[in-house]
Amino acid sequence: MSGGSEKALKTPGCANSEPSSTRLVATLSIAGLLSGLIIVSVYEATLPTITAYQAKVLREAVFKVLPEIDHIQRLVYVDGGLTPKDTEDPEEEAVFGGYDAAGELVGYAIPSAGPGFQDTIRLLYGYVPSERLVTGMEILESRETPGLGDKIYKDLEFVGEFERLAIDPEILAVKKGTSTAPNEVDAITGATISSKAVVRILNEGNRRWLSKLPAASGQPPAKRRAVPEPEVSATTPHEAAAPSAAPNTDPQQPAGSWPLEAGG
Amino acid sequence: MPKTQPDAYQEFFKGLWRENPVFAQVLGMCPMLAVTNSAVNGMAMGLATFFVLVASSLLVALLKRWIPRQVRISSFIIIIATFVTVTDYSLQALVPAIHKELGAFIPLIVANCLILGRQEAFASRQPARLALMDALGMATGFLFALVALGSVREILGEGALFGVDLFGPNFEPWVIMILPPGGFLTLGLLLLFFSWLAERRQKLAERLAEMEVEGS
Repeated sequence: MSGGSEKALKTPGCANSEPSSTRLVATLSIAGLLSGLIIVSVYEATLPTITAYQAKVLREAVFKVLPEIDHIQRLVYVDGGLTPKDTEDPEEEAVFGGYDAAGELVGYAIPSAGPGFQDTIRLLYGYVPSERLVTGMEILESRETPGLGDKIYKDLEFVGEFERLAIDPEILAVKKGTSTAPNEVDAITGATISSKAVVRILNEGNRRWLSKLPAASGQPPAKRRAVPEPEVSATTPHEAAAPSAAPNTDPQQPAGSWPLEAGG
Repeated sequence: MPKTQPDAYQEFFKGLWRENPVFAQVLGMCPMLAVTNSAVNGMAMGLATFFVLVASSLLVALLKRWIPRQVRISSFIIIIATFVTVTDYSLQALVPAIHKELGAFIPLIVANCLILGRQEAFASRQPARLALMDALGMATGFLFALVALGSVREILGEGALFGVDLFGPNFEPWVIMILPPGGFLTLGLLLLFFSWLAERRQKLAERLAEMEVEGS
């Protein structure tokens, strides 16, 4: 860029006398206006695709975290009860109910978010109230360290830890290979902070939602709820309704830890 | 070197090699190091930058007559930012998976000094045709560099290229290569390699010239 540019330098309106301030302001205003117009129209044009994709990803995740469900229903928490509502609104507090082919409630898919190692982790987990078990966990959004923290969704062994995980008294992350109780998760070696963050986010979601789920009124149209409260003694009647039920060997819930949420 | 009438092809090819934005000018390092943890990400970032650079260069070259010199940088930034935002939304709508991987680095293309540099140094003082060729060349050079860096890091760090497993299950991936330090290491080694190549070529040319002198 030497020789040739010399001649061309004169072409633009630069070399002339000082342009008035009005002209400068006008140039930038017009540029800003045009730019704004373009951006708004592109935003409007792409927004439906973007939100539709996000909704699709979320709905697909529901089927991954709840076992053997046939259809789902988005439920919004209003006035102390859950109401079915399909239109997305990020402001609302919402969960997804998962139902089997007969229309019986299997469980809820609960979205939750919290700080990870680098940035907010957003995830969705399945919860079966009749057994007080987490049935699966799916990371929706995270920026954890590639190769280490991103194992929270790439390491299938870790993701598998969240299948049939007891939530009482609360979920705990323990050193890899040392989990014994049904409420313990093996943390990932080298990604302890991310693993603990996931567990914390789940507990956080439980704290926020468990009291709201078995609301006394306003149940979704999908038949009756599988009354989750008295599950201590009454696991059996509901297992008929929830085909996901235990291969009744494992989930011995720790006795004496029936939390208080129940009343709502 | 460009003569009084610079050749359009020369403007294109200089960006690929002799004035390659990464290996010769060492510009645009921030996205370069941040997103090249795999070849696909490098390519996506390269293509996004490609679009922004070519579109902005062309527009700046066409509009330069109406842009007063005093507000040229602000105008360039407005033009670049518009194209970046358009790219951001389009990627989010068309290839959401890749958009998710690149994350914050798409909006940051605005701050890529390579793009503003080309507007100030070239597009704002050359005819549109040459500005277009220059932008195409520089953008291709940048794309090439990103894919090269991404490939090296993915091969060593994941044992794969473009997501295809190369070495089978017995390969122990060298995780540091896809972490930030790996970016610096790879970039340093690639810079070394390319300047070594350039030096060798220069020596070869000198020797040829000497032989010609002796021969005549």
